[in-house]
Amino acid sequence: MTFNAAALLLLIAGLALIGWIAGRQRSNLLAGRAGTKLHSRPQYHGWYVALWLFAPAAMFLAVWSSVSPGLITNEVLTDEAAQSLPSFGFERGAILSDARSVALGRQDAVRLPAAAPLVQPYADAAHKYAWIGIAAMLALALAGGLYAFTRIKPDFRARTRVERTVMAFLLLASLVAILTTFGIVLSLLFESIRFFQLVSPMELLFGTNWAPQSGAPVDDTFGGIPLFWGTVLIGAIIAMIVAIPIGMMTAVYLTQYAAPVVRRWVKPMLEILAGVPTVVYGYFAALTVAPALREFAVMLGIPNASTESALAAGIVMGVMIIPFVSSMADDSINAVPQAMRDGSLALGATPNETIRQVLIPAALPGVMGGILLAVSRAIGETMIVVMAAGLSANLTANPFASVTTVTAQIVKLLTGDQEFDSAKTLAAFALGLVLFVVTLLLNIAALRIVKKYREAYE
Amino acid sequence: MTHEDLTIIDPKMRAQGVDVFYGDKQAINNVSIDVGTDLVTAFIGPSGCGKSTFLRSLNRMNDTVASAKVTGRIELDGEDIYAPSMDVVQLRARVGMVFQKPNPFPKSIYDNVGYGPRIHGLAPSKADLDVIVERALVRAGLWDEVKDRLLESGTALSGGQQQRLCIARAIAVDPEVILMDEPCSALDPIATAKIEELIHELRGKFAIVIVTHNMQQAARVSQRTAFFHLGTLVEYGKTTDIFTNPKQERTKDYITGRYG
Repeated sequence: MTFNAAALLLLIAGLALIGWIAGRQRSNLLAGRAGTKLHSRPQYHGWYVALWLFAPAAMFLAVWSSVSPGLITNEVLTDEAAQSLPSFGFERGAILSDARSVALGRQDAVRLPAAAPLVQPYADAAHKYAWIGIAAMLALALAGGLYAFTRIKPDFRARTRVERTVMAFLLLASLVAILTTFGIVLSLLFESIRFFQLVSPMELLFGTNWAPQSGAPVDDTFGGIPLFWGTVLIGAIIAMIVAIPIGMMTAVYLTQYAAPVVRRWVKPMLEILAGVPTVVYGYFAALTVAPALREFAVMLGIPNASTESALAAGIVMGVMIIPFVSSMADDSINAVPQAMRDGSLALGATPNETIRQVLIPAALPGVMGGILLAVSRAIGETMIVVMAAGLSANLTANPFASVTTVTAQIVKLLTGDQEFDSAKTLAAFALGLVLFVVTLLLNIAALRIVKKYREAYE
Repeated sequence: MTHEDLTIIDPKMRAQGVDVFYGDKQAINNVSIDVGTDLVTAFIGPSGCGKSTFLRSLNRMNDTVASAKVTGRIELDGEDIYAPSMDVVQLRARVGMVFQKPNPFPKSIYDNVGYGPRIHGLAPSKADLDVIVERALVRAGLWDEVKDRLLESGTALSGGQQQRLCIARAIAVDPEVILMDEPCSALDPIATAKIEELIHELRGKFAIVIVTHNMQQAARVSQRTAFFHLGTLVEYGKTTDIFTNPKQERTKDYITGRYG
């Protein structure tokens, strides 16, 4: 007898089904006997019983699954055979785990001789705790079910309670994403703190020399400014110079001029562009755009043109961002009431004047929000810059030169053989934290702007 | 159609045999009407009778609806407004429009009124524009209320003030005709009274056509009334005649509130 959580879950689900049927029957029966009308329809009484049967038992199951292995091990350690185990460390763990695998039937024989005497105590303990768990779970299920069952009366407000429970489940589901975010922030934070014990935050944020390859923390090798500058140059300057005008013009064309047929084709195609994996853009940037730009730069007589350039990465990233800008601008322009457009046209304004002087100013806050979201996506983008922008941390305004970004450096710091306590590796987490904070702030700003603007028209 | 006692010499606008279609659906059927220069003309009728549709064809605002098609002839000072030679931008500068819901632009009061004069190049200098804006606001009866806050947003005004701002915006380009599409339907009675008073004052300076649901309003502000029903013009005449002595049974039924 082992403790199989999935099978037990099925078992209590089956019990809940029986509870559902019983609750439903009983409410009908009681209502018929009393000759009154039920407050809630019979199936709500059924759900009420089923929930009381299922939820406490399932919760117990979840808790028990996580604590019972510990309890079993403790029990085994009190056994005489365990007294001869090495005191602590890797060997002790290996022996215990070997004995457990055999006891639970996961392997046929022990690999370590020392584990053999522990197999039987392990099997006994597992057997014992499995029975305790199952008995407790069934008791909880039955107690919950009986409690709910006895509460059924014609005027019992089962519906209200069921709905409240459903709401609680929905809340729980929505908390998953939020808690995950917290978890991510915390893990970043702890590693970053370890980094900042080795290197001052001021150096990371304001230093201008980035050379972490030299290994141990040497003064002035973790200056993040060249990375931040590269990120801004590619993501916030070059990409936006490409994406904002093209995205805006696309939105204006699609909302104001395009025939419905054209719109029906062009819009989904733009959305496909947004779904292309970024690594594909990376190939395009590295293999097509970057060499072409280099040729062009050489033609212009720029001597130090590199095959990896800020311009290539930035342009391709801008193209990638176009759908974001255009779809946000499209939404914002569409959200400007038709009455504004009519009012302008009725004064004898041309469509062009109407767009430039009424629609775009009215849509501007929404468009700004879209642009901020696009920037935050662009600076977090990794593959394109890794493949096309290069890895040399140059502090330069020359767009034909190779620059590097925060994300590209994180990739570089974390690839290959790593010790997880060197400053070099920990720097990746600190950079990640900086990136996270910046994009978070951008997103908050963008959402606030968009929300404020929505309110203005509702 | 009864035109006997209606004498409009030299009409500002003249519609002859006008049909309007939305796709396959005919919204206006063979309407002919003359709009007098110094008069306020009211279009009345039950909802969906086509009065707003017809009004919107007088300054070609139906052009913005892709499926709309207008046939027949509509003239402004004897000129066919649907002729290929007619510039729709010029037409709308001459035939202004005020909408059902006040729709000031999200700009300052000053820029709202100055918008039309600017795009039509009516004000060569800032001083000229100041004069035009002030004059339009004075004529719209809004100047005293807003003269100290011209740079505040037009959308911050009350509903009635917004509608008068829209009227000021329309008259700032000095049109010849002003079309009003149920201009008071979103306003309270006091704001409505102010707009009606304004219409009285503007009469004679502009030819005014007003669509209204409110028969008392039509009786109060207009000199000519046209009754539309199911896309046709049932009766057109002096307002006093339409309300006291309608010639058509359907008009009489509507006036007395038997349907609609």
